[in-house]
Amino acid sequence: MADLETFRQEARTWIEENCPPSMREKVESPDEIEWGGRAAQDRSDDRKLWLDRMGEKGWTCPTWPSEYGGGGLDKAQAKVLQEEMRAAHARPALTSFGISMLGPALLEYASEEQKKHFIPQIVKGEIWWCQGYSEPGSGSDLASLQTRAEDKGDHYLVNGQKIWTSYADKADWIFCLVRTDTEVPKHDGISFLLFDMASPGVSVSPIGLISGSSPFCQTFFQDVKVPKDQLVGEINGGWTIAKRLLQHERSMIGGMGLGLGGGLSRGAPELAKDYCGESNGRISDAVVRDRVAQMQMDSCCYGATLRRSSEEAKAGMPPGPASSIFKLYGTEMNKRRHELLVSIMGSQGLGWEGEGFTSEELTETRDWLRSFGNSIEGGTSEVQLNIIAKRVLGLPD
Amino acid sequence: MALVLTEEQELLKQTAKEFVQEKSPVSELRRLRDSADATGFDSALWKEMAELGWASVIYPEEFGGMDLGYQELGQIFEECGRSLVANPLFSTVVLAGGCVLAGGNETQKKEILTAVAGGERLLALALQEGAHHDPYAVATTAEEAGGGYRLTGKKTFVLDGHVADQLVVVARTSGNSGDREGLTLFLVEPGTSGVSIRRTVMMDGRNSATVELSGAEVERSSVIGEVGAGAEILDPVLDRALAVISAEMLGTLSEAFDRTLEFLKTREQFGVVIGSFQALKHRAADMFVEIELSRSVVLDALTAVDEGRADASALASCAKARCNDTIFQVGNEAVQMFGGIGVTDEEEIGLFMKRARVLQFQLGNSNFHRDRFAALEGF
Repeated sequence: MADLETFRQEARTWIEENCPPSMREKVESPDEIEWGGRAAQDRSDDRKLWLDRMGEKGWTCPTWPSEYGGGGLDKAQAKVLQEEMRAAHARPALTSFGISMLGPALLEYASEEQKKHFIPQIVKGEIWWCQGYSEPGSGSDLASLQTRAEDKGDHYLVNGQKIWTSYADKADWIFCLVRTDTEVPKHDGISFLLFDMASPGVSVSPIGLISGSSPFCQTFFQDVKVPKDQLVGEINGGWTIAKRLLQHERSMIGGMGLGLGGGLSRGAPELAKDYCGESNGRISDAVVRDRVAQMQMDSCCYGATLRRSSEEAKAGMPPGPASSIFKLYGTEMNKRRHELLVSIMGSQGLGWEGEGFTSEELTETRDWLRSFGNSIEGGTSEVQLNIIAKRVLGLPD
Repeated sequence: MALVLTEEQELLKQTAKEFVQEKSPVSELRRLRDSADATGFDSALWKEMAELGWASVIYPEEFGGMDLGYQELGQIFEECGRSLVANPLFSTVVLAGGCVLAGGNETQKKEILTAVAGGERLLALALQEGAHHDPYAVATTAEEAGGGYRLTGKKTFVLDGHVADQLVVVARTSGNSGDREGLTLFLVEPGTSGVSIRRTVMMDGRNSATVELSGAEVERSSVIGEVGAGAEILDPVLDRALAVISAEMLGTLSEAFDRTLEFLKTREQFGVVIGSFQALKHRAADMFVEIELSRSVVLDALTAVDEGRADASALASCAKARCNDTIFQVGNEAVQMFGGIGVTDEEEIGLFMKRARVLQFQLGNSNFHRDRFAALEGF
């Protein structure tokens, strides 16, 4: 415990000395989030300074091994670091799919050379990664993917199309599922490839959503040459890596149920009093009041479940079926919350842009529309129910 | 680590589980029902439970108690819930005994709690007056008379009222029905002139009674706590009771779900087990998620009560409402998934559904608790 206190002091001092004051202000818009990558390397602002210092220290990835540039901290230290960062109001130095999805998979499945090459780049935010999973014909049935990678002796030749590639228009590299064998059952012919988005033959086009513009893109590959040493794991062994990576993605999306994905500063009770009337400190409309209470209680139960899961992990109990429950319930609850907020706002919650609507209203409308995708992306709610039925409850196919 | 049980708590739960499985399977409830047992529970078994310490878990050592928490008591209730055990544990120890513990003077506590802890006395709390739980909606009056009080009114759905050795009656010494102020708690002997107790037979085979008070006279010394400040005692006792009854419901709904899942894996139609049908799989998975949420909030509510946390009241309502909704879903889905056999009296799953429905209305349905939660949270 004494060591932990020493570490806390060290961390506090380091943050105090290294985090620029502007990096302690609240993030006001998505444009202010630092994703790193090649484009960021030419900048010389506070964001870049903070990223470089954190990357050098390895604290963008606190628990990753220090031999690959990570922070090398144990879980208790990482928690202390997180607490100190929060106390100092320090912004995350780097947000990246490299940290939340690819890195953990590489640490588990990549060769030593690959880890030495790619992990430090992720830690320092030198490469902006995107994820090439879904295809137009392969949504819930991801394993049916058709993008081919043919063995051409000294390289793979990649042809095909990906969809829902977040930030493909900005990313430097892609981690991509490709078919390397068409003669075997679908799960057994998939490989996991990494390649440069600047490679000849890669093109990208953004996707507009019902909520407006989005980070999502369609990505096309025409005769893209990929060096063979950029295959991760075994040839045709990509599905195992893909599944592990999806677990990381689902726990990330599940966290949005508690409003971790941003949202309004005012909660449903305040909004309901404002839009539906207030009498004696209560929401006047009894039906709305009942629905708000239901929403708050759902959130309370979900929060207790997240805490229980984390306490079970700390107590050394084997991981429960949490990741599927959280993805399913977190996203469904997020949708319910936005439905409630928009219904509370009435017609004011249905504006698209411009005059007549507050920024709070316009934000909520877009957030609500965006939430429709929550129960689809990263595995639909129906797929999650199938997984729970099969893996947790043991119900047969 | 309040949401994960300690080794000692796990051990206590396991001991309760084994005891219940051996001594009080669901068939025991059926036996009591079919034999039209006059008490509705097995008094010899109750003695054994008291010897195990069940009646004294939450009481201080000076009254023969184990001085443990509601988390521990909750584990016993969960196991009792799994087997639909009929016993006076809730009415005697948690509700009426809880009032004595929270508001009684030293004489009352010593005399009553010691007897309860030893399994020698049964108590009942006479609170509800209408079709729905509404703790301040008390029209029963207590007028000062001859140095004591004269009680007049009608109490409904008094749990174990017909077997209780002593009643704790909530009556109004001032104000109007609905007011939080003006409630007073009285100890009333069932044999008192002007007290009439009639058993009401409920569909879950458990015990409840209507208590009529027509000018029943009690002495001043029978008042628990301060005159007019009964809600100060009642509120925390009801919070604790809500956490505990939620734990019982968690046991009942978990067992009903486990039995349903087993049925889905064994019942064959169209040449396959019915659990392979996606229409049933998704509903089973849905129930599983709700059960996981229920378990978390029950553990949190029991902890909050033990720690005397500021959010204990809101969490108690949250736990009861969630368990109400989940037990409704699981109980009804269970009967449907069992199919034809599910609506027969022979199959035990129907007993679970009926018990589920009675529990759902005890100490407040979900509407009541959402309203209470909203008020506590300031909206």
